[in-house]
Amino acid sequence: MSVLSRRPGLRVGLLLTPPMLWLGVAYLGALAALLITSLWSQNDFTGNIERIWTLDNFRDLFTIEVYRTIALRTIGIAALVTVIDAVLAFPIALFMAKVASPRWQRVLVIAVLMPLWASYLVKAYAWRGLVSADGLLQTIASPFGLGTPGYGLIATTMTLAYLWLPYMILPIYAGLERVPNSLFEASADLGAGSATTLRRVVLPVVFPAVVAGSIFTFSLSMGDYIAVKIVGGTGQLLGNVVYDNQGAANNLPFAAAVATVPIVVMLAYLAAVRRTGALEQL
Amino acid sequence: MRYRRRIKGLVAVASTLLLVSVAGCGTDSGGDDDGGDDTPGAEGFTPPDLPMLEELGDNEGQVNILAWPGYAEDGSTDPAVDWVTPFEEETGCEANVKYFATSDEAVQLMKSGEYDVVSASGDASLRLIAAGDVEPVNTDLIPNYADVYDYLKDRDWNSVDGQMYGVPHGYGANLLMWRTDVITTPPTSWSAVFDDAADNSGKVTAYDSPIYIADAALYLKATQPDLGIEDPYSLDEDQLAAAVDLLKAQKEHVGEYWSDYLKEVQAFTTGDSVVGTTWQVIANVAQGEDVPVEVTLPEEGATGWSDTWMVGAEAKNKNCAYAWMNHIISPEANAAVAEYFGEAPSNPKACDIASEGHCETFHAGDEEYAAQIAYWTTPIEQCLDGRTDVKCTDYGDWTQAWTEIKG
Amino acid sequence: MRLPAGLRATLWAFTGVVLLVIYVPLMLVLVNSFNSDRSFRWPPPGFTTKWWKLAWNSEGARDALLTSVQVAVCATAIALVLGTLAAMGLRRSRFFGRNVVSLLIILPIALPGIVTGLAFQNGFRTMLGVPLSIWTVVVAHATFCIVTVFNNVQARFQRLGGNFEQASMDLGAGPFTTFRLITLPMLRSALLAGGLLSFGLSFDEIVVTQFTASASDKTLPMWIFDNLFRPNQAPIVNCVAAALVLFSVIPIYLAQRLSGSNAEGLTGAR
Repeated sequence: MSVLSRRPGLRVGLLLTPPMLWLGVAYLGALAALLITSLWSQNDFTGNIERIWTLDNFRDLFTIEVYRTIALRTIGIAALVTVIDAVLAFPIALFMAKVASPRWQRVLVIAVLMPLWASYLVKAYAWRGLVSADGLLQTIASPFGLGTPGYGLIATTMTLAYLWLPYMILPIYAGLERVPNSLFEASADLGAGSATTLRRVVLPVVFPAVVAGSIFTFSLSMGDYIAVKIVGGTGQLLGNVVYDNQGAANNLPFAAAVATVPIVVMLAYLAAVRRTGALEQL
Repeated sequence: MRYRRRIKGLVAVASTLLLVSVAGCGTDSGGDDDGGDDTPGAEGFTPPDLPMLEELGDNEGQVNILAWPGYAEDGSTDPAVDWVTPFEEETGCEANVKYFATSDEAVQLMKSGEYDVVSASGDASLRLIAAGDVEPVNTDLIPNYADVYDYLKDRDWNSVDGQMYGVPHGYGANLLMWRTDVITTPPTSWSAVFDDAADNSGKVTAYDSPIYIADAALYLKATQPDLGIEDPYSLDEDQLAAAVDLLKAQKEHVGEYWSDYLKEVQAFTTGDSVVGTTWQVIANVAQGEDVPVEVTLPEEGATGWSDTWMVGAEAKNKNCAYAWMNHIISPEANAAVAEYFGEAPSNPKACDIASEGHCETFHAGDEEYAAQIAYWTTPIEQCLDGRTDVKCTDYGDWTQAWTEIKG
Repeated sequence: MRLPAGLRATLWAFTGVVLLVIYVPLMLVLVNSFNSDRSFRWPPPGFTTKWWKLAWNSEGARDALLTSVQVAVCATAIALVLGTLAAMGLRRSRFFGRNVVSLLIILPIALPGIVTGLAFQNGFRTMLGVPLSIWTVVVAHATFCIVTVFNNVQARFQRLGGNFEQASMDLGAGPFTTFRLITLPMLRSALLAGGLLSFGLSFDEIVVTQFTASASDKTLPMWIFDNLFRPNQAPIVNCVAAALVLFSVIPIYLAQRLSGSNAEGLTGAR
């Protein structure tokens, strides 16, 4: 047993082997297999995969305009949802961390977390009822001469922003909690108003936390296909293309090729945010 | 230091090799495809050589059914509609039913090998046969098969070289449904969803599957005869392009596409959809919920389906599967499902049991009428209408076109 | 406190409004579970408790609930083991792969569910030829649950340092004894908090589950998905969902108490 304390490398190796086998070999292996599948083709008629190496899937993905449109639309919506959630989450997190008393803090945390346990599907379906032609939104908006946006991309954005909001609130709350109160005091002593304090002192400090939250909202929106099916009307996002192709269209290689787009985008995003230290705040 | 670096290097190389070998060796598909290299068709492809059941044994106790919604009702949608429970009581086979929304889904789900019996439409059946996902059916083991209408036996979509691959279920057409309180003059033409779709912009609905392109082609056959469309499933590139343009124009007015039949029921209930393609069963469910809808078969004709129950090649409960097939074409069950779903039954004895006029409305036994419905068929390169001077678009082209249409 | 009154009032109001918006759809679900109209016409024409009775007796819902609990418990158990091992391994050492390991742990949750689900399905079905079953679901869930345990345990290690273990070793205890008698008790609440979060993650997961479950296994989210639009079942779904939200107060409250009622333990939550 003392060999373990004399050889820290061995200890680390032993400790890390099970998780690394699981994640590194199994998970990465599955991802690699998926990528390999994207390089094969599929027989249109029988739906069986033919192990013929080809770049056709990627060529179609990049040259056919509709897929470019869908990819850009998905990234756009994901970004929009992230921004909306960040804007909504920051004040709440600030309130929870710095203004609310400890008892209220606990209550608020529970209040923010509880919706997470309501099934994602049920929440999306509730939104379907909200935006439908005779739903609540219509009732609220009609006195103002407006109407419900109906099923479509606007409804999708609203629903996604709603669904992922708690995932944005929590990391920002954690980040703000770590900001010592003395920082606020010092800033006030130096003559800054509250707006300036927030903008120039607090925001830079919690920026990594915001980015950490954005990883969730961005990734969840990029891959979503269920909420889109429920409230999206005729809209399609990247997730729908992947889902339809692996399922209904029986084109697993193409689905795999489309799936590489979110992988690449997320990896690029993760690499970009590594510098901000957001990964430690996940 | 050097020792450490060498270890790092070795570990990196080893893990890469491991990953590649694991990934590379593990992407075997479920069976290399045979017979898929030739351009398949009713003749001209060789189905895999699969054995069929020679004799029936004991029932296994359960059966996994993959069905169109409404084909295997057990009373949970509507307590009065149930032909599964009698089956379970009679045969001791507990039925686990999974619904699918489109033929593509059915083909995909059958590949998992988890289902014993599937109700395949004409655009799925040959694909299943060619892929080896279903096996030939020994019709001698199914007593009720003898009663089935002759013109449904040994057809292009359910048999190969005289060998039956399933049991005919029935046939029917896709209809036009509308909300009677919104559209007060009953429409008689598919123009309600095509050229006149703007009248109800944002509330039109259509079936979410590439096969819907055939509906557009059917409409063009009547309204633009100089395109020369004969068979809506044999479209050359120009004809497909015309259909795609029509559908893109339609999309501007579509609120939602539907594949889940209950989603359509709900959309018509809330008024988010007021006109669109439907199945009779959807209208039945909606009317059961007191939603004011009506259906009609428009003057241009319609696409439709002719379904076959097929046995999965990897089925684990083949005896129960055969028991189910025998049950569903028995007069009582066949009448019940034909009435509920809204289709013509395959067993003439069902007409004695079905309600008055049902068989007439759905033209059961009318071979000529049956020949006029443009049944779902998988488009292939070899033109199905017999033209040899052009190449027709195949299902892959249709799938891509469909994604393009939806934008 | 430190912030001026005007700002505090604004934050108060803002928080109130947003919380209202968050809870309106949930209230809608609750109200609809009493809605006498099966298609949830708005406003409800009448109220009834019959859906709750049906939900209570619904066999499908109960089976699905049991399946979900089983999957979540198994996935959490695996995640606890692997997450703790990983956190311990990365604790003090600075070796070349540290960042890679961290990235790998985060990856299953950072990549969209559809990618993870598709990869696993492809891996199980075509790669290994393993038929899909409850266990494939457990494996997939455990993979993305590891990160919640890992974060909690790592945070706890950072807070506590290694002095106690050093002292224990100085007194002659071997590494396993030290782990059993010193480390594990220290980690207990972090493990519980991480475990609760992981349970919640797995319990509500639908996307990856759809890809990795066989036709006959139904977790609760899958059951909900199947029944969402069915006229007879949709009201029952509402009841189930409302019940879930109400019962969720318990584990959330527990998690909060255990992680020391500060946000550190709760991050990494999904």
